[in-house]
Amino acid sequence: MANSLQELGHYGIKFVGKLGGITMLTIKFILSLKEIFRSSRLIFEQLYLIGVKSLPLIVIISIFVGAVSAWQAAYQFKFIGAPLRFLGNAVGKAVVIELAPVLSAIAFAGRVGAGVTAELGTMRVTEQIDALESMGINPVRYLVMPRVLASLFMVPFLVIFADFVAIVGALLISIVGVDVSSSLFLDGFRNSFKLSDFINGLIKAGVFGFIIGIVGCYEGFHAKGGAQGVGEATTTSVVISTVLILIFNFIFALILFRLQ
Amino acid sequence: MDLSFIEIENLHKSFDSQQVLKGVNLGIDKGESIVIIGQSGCGKSVLLKHLIRLLEPDEGRIVVDRNDLSQLKDKELIHLRQRFGMLFQSAALFDSLTVEENVGLGLRESRLFTDKEIKKIVNEKLEMVGLTDANQKKPAQLSGGMRKRVGLARAIANNPEVLLYDEPTTGLDPIIADIIDELILNLHQKLKVTSIVVTHDMKSAFKVAQRIVMLYDGKVEINGTPEEIKTTDNQIVRQFIEGRAKGPIKV
Repeated sequence: MANSLQELGHYGIKFVGKLGGITMLTIKFILSLKEIFRSSRLIFEQLYLIGVKSLPLIVIISIFVGAVSAWQAAYQFKFIGAPLRFLGNAVGKAVVIELAPVLSAIAFAGRVGAGVTAELGTMRVTEQIDALESMGINPVRYLVMPRVLASLFMVPFLVIFADFVAIVGALLISIVGVDVSSSLFLDGFRNSFKLSDFINGLIKAGVFGFIIGIVGCYEGFHAKGGAQGVGEATTTSVVISTVLILIFNFIFALILFRLQ
Repeated sequence: MDLSFIEIENLHKSFDSQQVLKGVNLGIDKGESIVIIGQSGCGKSVLLKHLIRLLEPDEGRIVVDRNDLSQLKDKELIHLRQRFGMLFQSAALFDSLTVEENVGLGLRESRLFTDKEIKKIVNEKLEMVGLTDANQKKPAQLSGGMRKRVGLARAIANNPEVLLYDEPTTGLDPIIADIIDELILNLHQKLKVTSIVVTHDMKSAFKVAQRIVMLYDGKVEINGTPEEIKTTDNQIVRQFIEGRAKGPIKV
């Protein structure tokens, strides 16, 4: 018992230390923004590598997320005897508010967050980051700023695609598998669609993107001990990003969707 | 009191519970070629990294050209680092960049040169290290010796006043190692730089050093000319330079 408590305390201290480190890196990132134009080539490179190259993954995930949402919703509707004309309403809300931003962000954390940590972690253990510093190049401006900015802007961009593709997936399964006509599904979707939901989803996605970028860079910067250390940093990066995405998603729900 | 160009005063550094440097004191004059020797893990590279504040001391201070490194603001530190060039143990080339881009990166980022000037300087430096046909290759396509030479070309790209070498011959065959030693000597003579070499390769140390310093147990064990090192009675130094398993050095 005492050992478990000690271990829990140890993890608690480590977690608080990491949050402090991530906050410090965030401050350095903000300060580096004054040299944003100097890094424009690096930023565009990352926008492509991080964002555009994630598009196929997001499209595949979204089409199945939309399809399974429609299928499960129809199954529950039939179970409680609710009319299927509300299928478009229910799926549309779920996709735009929660499923597209959260699942896209988690998939992005797996692909991009892990990739950024592995890349920067390898640079750290092979002394490439030290080499940058030795040449008088600020590694936060050169490495962190382009990756965090690309992540911050590309997650909302990908969520727009995810929203669209998931709705198409839901529509297809509704027509083929649930026997709901396209006009009935789309009428329901149109009736429930609110621009504010869509925008809130994109704001959330931006915050998630920032979390993935900054956590990925922080873990990469602090990797040590060779291949094993880089592997551990990569795992930690995905775990911390995913946990923070879910915590912040809950905070957004409390702020944006008040019950009274 | 006259200060050396680089003054290391009572330097202490620990990593977790392991105390690596326990009060190193050393002065290095301008234009010197000094070699720091010692066992693997004795803190030679740690000491080298302190000279450009890649690591911060736990205690003590480093003064370079009358600037206390701990007091420098970010911009001042960048300017000071630009007066140094460093060859890393594994060369630390950027995987995603070509040889030419690696060598020219510091120049490009300094924004003081046009593309044409950078290309000219890069070719000049690659020629100095004897690499004239690898400009467009990526680091993964180079041998260990070629990587070190590219690292060296990158280190001298902005005409530094001080060159730091971290284990320049480690992992190289004896012939390539000797070529690197010749390069270190040539660059020292041609560029009139201060050379600080960290190594445990004694052949290399005796070849390039004007002065040899040995680190042992976190402190300077001996500081003298190569001749003084060769003839010393200090049993710790003797065991190390003769490469004997038995002796006072605890492994």
